[in-house]
Formats: sequence, structure tokens, C-alpha cells
Amino acid sequence: MNRPIKVLIAKPGLDGHDRGAKVIANALRDAGMEVVYTGLHQTPEMIVEAAVQEDVDVVSVSILSGAHMTLIPRIRDLMNRAGLGEVRLIAGGIIPDADAAVLKQLPGVAALFGPGTRTQDAVAFIAGLFRDRAAHT
Amino acid sequence: MSSNDLIQRFLAGEVLAAARVLSVVERGGDEAERVLDALFPRTGRAYRVAVTGAGGAGKSTLANALTRRFREQGVTVGVVAEDPSSPFSGGAVLGDRVRMTNAVGDPGVFVRSIASRGSESGLSALACELADVLDAFGRDVILLESMGVGQVETQIRFTADTVIVVLTPEGGDEVQSLKAGLLEVADVIVVNKSDRPGADEFAADLTAMVGLRDASADGWTVPVVSTTARSDETLGVLADTIARHRAHIDANGRRDARRRDALRARIRLLLEEDLRASARQSATLRERFDGIFERVAAGSISPYRAARELGEFLKAGGHSPR
Repeated sequence: MNRPIKVLIAKPGLDGHDRGAKVIANALRDAGMEVVYTGLHQTPEMIVEAAVQEDVDVVSVSILSGAHMTLIPRIRDLMNRAGLGEVRLIAGGIIPDADAAVLKQLPGVAALFGPGTRTQDAVAFIAGLFRDRAAHT
Repeated sequence: MSSNDLIQRFLAGEVLAAARVLSVVERGGDEAERVLDALFPRTGRAYRVAVTGAGGAGKSTLANALTRRFREQGVTVGVVAEDPSSPFSGGAVLGDRVRMTNAVGDPGVFVRSIASRGSESGLSALACELADVLDAFGRDVILLESMGVGQVETQIRFTADTVIVVLTPEGGDEVQSLKAGLLEVADVIVVNKSDRPGADEFAADLTAMVGLRDASADGWTVPVVSTTARSDETLGVLADTIARHRAHIDANGRRDARRRDALRARIRLLLEEDLRASARQSATLRERFDGIFERVAAGSISPYRAARELGEFLKAGGHSPR
């Protein structure tokens, strides 16, 4: 028995641009996933608390504020300390290549999606993380 | 982690273990049965409040406000919030946390969102199982927030000790259809967004309608409470009304009777869901279905007869077990 892939989508920090997060939420829903959407202005602590209670498979954050170098490592660290070491973190938004190269080195940061990402690619990436899980159920 | 380890950590009060137990139950099957069987004897202590009503009526906002009130009294809260699954993709966007902002950072509040996954009642059988888990986890109050519902939702009656039906003034012309549906399951009716035009008249109409009903059966006249999220005073009246209903059903033994009815209804619902699932998953039935469907499409038999023939086939045991 199984349940659909469950993804938390959150907007950490102060920017109020959630169009991208909503587009992704819709695309994941249309791909049969269950998306917990937490809305704007979430602190890293709020995001990780939600990820724990909801027992999601993936945490996905959208950041357009420029604070990604602070927020992403912080969220990853809090996730690890909360016992979510196995849960993958992905991010989308405006993340310059040089920063992306650094962030991708963090263990447990699975992918970064920048502007121009096709929704199918983001969906396929997340589905791909769990392909083997679907096979043995 | 074995389910025994998991249950040990759950009983020790570990939040992550509670989240994982909820997932085990969501996945269903043998492991869910083991876990629910182990935890069921520990349930029954929590008071359950269901919040239901049309989409956009303010269920999440009221649940958030009630959560804050309960926390001010030192009462721990578990929330199970259900949103609809897409009948097309099976996916869902679960948005109830957007409004559940009072709970953040408070270990006394645990919020879990679930998708309806094809359940047709406002609160699925699964929501009740998850409420059991949070009850066994030691939460004092469980708030069950249904997805947006329209008319006949009698199943809601069996999910909680107190059922709150949330309406808005714009729902005025729905009153006729609600007469025989949602209002019958309400222990408390809320007119939310009561700062909008027409709210007072709507509340008065509802009060009059409720007054037509015979309250003698359990001695409770369903109150109509007007609320707006901006007014703490109105939210306080709602909280007090819930407390009054709780005292009422505790005083005259209704709570136990109600819970017995609820358990009966839950078993029936679970059985129906199981039968429906096994019918859906039966390859032989599907084959048969496709054959009969072509006869219907060709106009040689009616859909009614097709369904009856398939039903006879099922009753005769003509489907492979899962």
C-alpha cells in the first residue's frame, strides 16, 4: 500500500512573490502528488515544523529575495536536526549560478530550479526521486 | 524502524514518531491495522470537534482561532484538515496550514493535512483514524476540519462529539437545500463573516428554522452563533458554545451513546470503502465491465441492467481477491 508522493511547498523569508510556488503546486497536483502549501513569509523553523508534522517526502522552497545563501543551509540544517535527514530539499527561484554551485554541494539539497524551468522537468525530477519506491509497493 | 519501535517512540511523546504513525495509517493495509489495533485502547480521552461547511466559509480560520483559545486554556490540540483530491490526477493541494498560523512553534499543537483520495464525504474514514492516532498521542482536543461541502453530509455527524457547521451570509439562498442536509448534523451553526450585509437576517432565519425542529430528543436546541475572525468577542462566544454543548452531552450520557453510533457508522464506512476498492481493483470485474459496457453503448441493454448484472457477478464471488 502507498500514498501519493507528498511535497511541502513553502515561501521562506520576506518576498511576496508566490506565483512560481503556485505554478509548481498545481503542476505537482496534476501529476498526482499531494502538495501541502504553507503560504508566504515562513521562517525556516515554521517550514521544518510543518515538514515534520506532515511527514512529507520532499521539502520545496521558493526564494526570490536573494536570501537563499542564508535560508537554504539553515532549513537543511534544521531538517537534519529534526530527524528529517532522509527528506530531500529542493529550491526554486532566482539563484545565481555561482551560488547554486555552492548550494548543490550541501548534502541533501537535491536540486535547484531557476527561471525558465519547465514544470514537466520539475515534476519529472521529483517523481524520479521515488521511482524505486513505487516499484516495491 | 519496526512498528514496535515506532509505537514505543510514539508513546514516549516523540512528535516525529507521531507523524510517521499517521503516515503508516494513511498507507493502510496490514501495518496500519497493527498500529491502529495497538493504539485504539488508548483512544477515547480526547474531545472531538468537527468543523464543516462550504468551501471558503472560513473553516480553517475558525479552526485556527479555536486552537488559540484552547491553547490559552492549556489544552493541547490536534488538527486533522482534509482537502479534496483531484478526481482526474489523484493529486491535491492541501492549503489549510496557510490559515493555521497561531499554532506555529507550539509543541501543544499538531496539524496534519490529508487529501480526500476519492472519499465522498466531507471527512473521510481516514480522517477518523488519524484523529484516533492523535487522541492516543494524548491531545486533549481534536479539531477535524472537513473539506468544503455542499449539502447532505450526514457522515460528519459520526466524526465528532460536537459538529460545527459554518455558513456565510451569502449562503442565504442555500437555506432551502440545507434544510434536509447539513443543518441536520449541526450541533452548532456558525454564521461567519457576519460583518457582511445580510448577516443578521440570515442568522435570524436560521434561528427560526432551527426553532421549528423538535429539540426534545436530546434536549439541545442548536444555537446560531455569528462570528467574524476580526472580533475576539464573537470567537469567544463560539468557544463558550462548544463548551456548553460538551457539558450538555456529558451531563445526560449522550456522549457515550453518540460514540457508539459513531463507531458503528465508521465500521460500516470502512467496510464500504474496502468493498469499493476491491471492486475497483478486480481485473476480472474490469474485464466483465468492459464487455457489458459495449452492450450498453450499442444500445442493447440499459445501464441499469448492466450494473445489476455486474453486481450479481460480484455477489457470486466472481472477482479475484486483492
